[in-house]
Amino acid sequence: MAGFIAHLRYNGYRAGVAETEATLSALQSIDIEEHRQVRLACKAVCASNKENYDQFDELFDSYWFNRGREQSGTVAASKQSTEKQQNRFRPGADESQSVAGAGAAEQPENNDEDGEAIHSGEGRLIASKAGNLNKTDFREMMTPELMQQAEVLACKLAKAMRDRRSRRYRHNQRGNKLNLRKTIRNSVNQGGVPIRLYRQQRPERPVRIVTLLDVSGSMTVYARVFLAFLKGLISHDTRADAYLFHTALVRIGDALRDHDTMRAMNRLSIMAQGFGGGTKIGSNLKLFNDQYAATCVDGRTVVIILSDGYDTDSPELLSEGLQKLKKRNCKIIWLNPLKGWKDYEPVAQGMAAALPWLDHFAAANTLESLAELEPALQRL
Amino acid sequence: MSWKKLQQSLANERYIASDELAMAVYLATEQQRPLLLEGAAGVGKTEIAKQLADIHDTQLIRLQCYEGLDASTSIYEWNYQKQLLRVQAVRESLADDLADDVESQIFSEAYLLKRPLLEAITQSKAPVLLIDEIDRADEEFEAYLLEVLSDYQVSIPELGTVKATSKPIVVLTSNGSRDLSDALRRRCFYTYVEYPDFKTELAILKARIPDLDNSLAEQIVGFVQSLRKEELEKKPGVAEMLDWSAALAGLGISKLNDDPVELQATMVCLLKTQIDQYSMPREVTERLVGKVVA
Repeated sequence: MAGFIAHLRYNGYRAGVAETEATLSALQSIDIEEHRQVRLACKAVCASNKENYDQFDELFDSYWFNRGREQSGTVAASKQSTEKQQNRFRPGADESQSVAGAGAAEQPENNDEDGEAIHSGEGRLIASKAGNLNKTDFREMMTPELMQQAEVLACKLAKAMRDRRSRRYRHNQRGNKLNLRKTIRNSVNQGGVPIRLYRQQRPERPVRIVTLLDVSGSMTVYARVFLAFLKGLISHDTRADAYLFHTALVRIGDALRDHDTMRAMNRLSIMAQGFGGGTKIGSNLKLFNDQYAATCVDGRTVVIILSDGYDTDSPELLSEGLQKLKKRNCKIIWLNPLKGWKDYEPVAQGMAAALPWLDHFAAANTLESLAELEPALQRL
Repeated sequence: MSWKKLQQSLANERYIASDELAMAVYLATEQQRPLLLEGAAGVGKTEIAKQLADIHDTQLIRLQCYEGLDASTSIYEWNYQKQLLRVQAVRESLADDLADDVESQIFSEAYLLKRPLLEAITQSKAPVLLIDEIDRADEEFEAYLLEVLSDYQVSIPELGTVKATSKPIVVLTSNGSRDLSDALRRRCFYTYVEYPDFKTELAILKARIPDLDNSLAEQIVGFVQSLRKEELEKKPGVAEMLDWSAALAGLGISKLNDDPVELQATMVCLLKTQIDQYSMPREVTERLVGKVVA
């Protein structure tokens, strides 16, 4: 049983010694001979959210009926190999290097070319002024420094958006204002003498940031920087969430939050299979609305969509999806790298259909343009 | 009682539970751990607590959660008015040496207002405690709950720790409007309640409205099942299905395709938003009816 729990834990369950114990004691109150009962009992104990709940039967079969023995073996092996890789990378690996390494891991076959690209990029860097760097289109620039800057910038933006205070006052013993109502109410038990003073403050109402990143073919050149940007947005905020989409939608919040950058990027690259393919913004948005929006989008959410708006779905689908999302009373920001180009007009049909539902539509092709977002986001 | 028996007795109470749900409920009562139920609205999460109370022939104590719910409305509060009256009465009637007496009196159980959580653990017979829509309460409230749910005790500074006289059967429900903390999830048995399949739903309908005509019942369930596959903002739950069946029975409709106008009018039982009503015009309804009647 301990082995089974470890197997679950490896597959992303939050199960520990306590669960092993609970499972064993649960098994005592049923008929162990019959595997169906055992399965149901384990399911009730070990699953703790819907994803786990749906996966459970498969994992149970793979462990107890040997079907997946090999499979779990290979998973373990691949884990070992990633660990080895990490060990190789660790000596002297600073933040920027590991980001670059991560980028390479994302598309291992391009490894060498990447190295070259980074190199030539640096060559230009030395020659040019730092100010110019900020104005370079992401397409031409892919240095580790840039990646890191993108991440730092994202942290700053996230902070600007998040630091909000509610308009209402709430009880807070270290607040800055006297809560007269509560003080008087609670003075009743002291015969009307307000011995204990209660205070109040406007509580923080942090905004939750949910990001949808387009990684289709037309966006590949920007995808790497945006991934770093996403990591910055997410890593300092447990409530933030992120999704990738191309022809399918993948949730990457947990993977991005992985402390180990290498492993995070490995996980990402597995998830983003089909990376650089076509785009289905409309149907992905619909999927997002149906499956995820209920738990992660509410009135205090900002949804950031990073996409160029080239869509193979019909524009109506996109506009419908945005309308539905908007009904959750969130703010929608669309960052379009093309908008930074000279004379850009949102003529792509999808983009034109989306415009009425957006709270903010901005360029995102240079670091400068990302930095310019800050005041706009504060206003939202 | 084995879990099969529990499922059977739930069925006798006219509640048809899936195997997963029955097992989770059985383990929760057996192991005295809370049971966390998630699922869409109207799949019978709240109902199971009521049926459990019936089966165990015990009291159902319900705590409806809402934003801003705090300890004084969920655990306990002193009855200040009563305390004050008592103090004033003694003051007028004289004597200093009574003062100590008064103090111990006004902080006794007689002056304590028990709120649902405290009430649930001080019953002589273990009740069913239903904590409904826990996702609506603030995250801080979950922390209060942890103490009560793991140790089954409440500490009141003036009175000491109140230990449970009996451990209640705790059922928590959530609609998934907010992610619950892992700490809470870990302490509970978990089940996701799905919309029932055709067979189960038919059994539910027959259990609830026994004198409904068989073919009509099948049509109703088939229709509602296919309605759930449509693009709707708010899918009709089991409760809506039962409402609708009762309405059809009340109107004396024996076949769904009898009177399209009347049928369309009864759709108010199933469709609960303006857009849903708009997106299900008569033609669509008729198409769906055509499928299930044929």
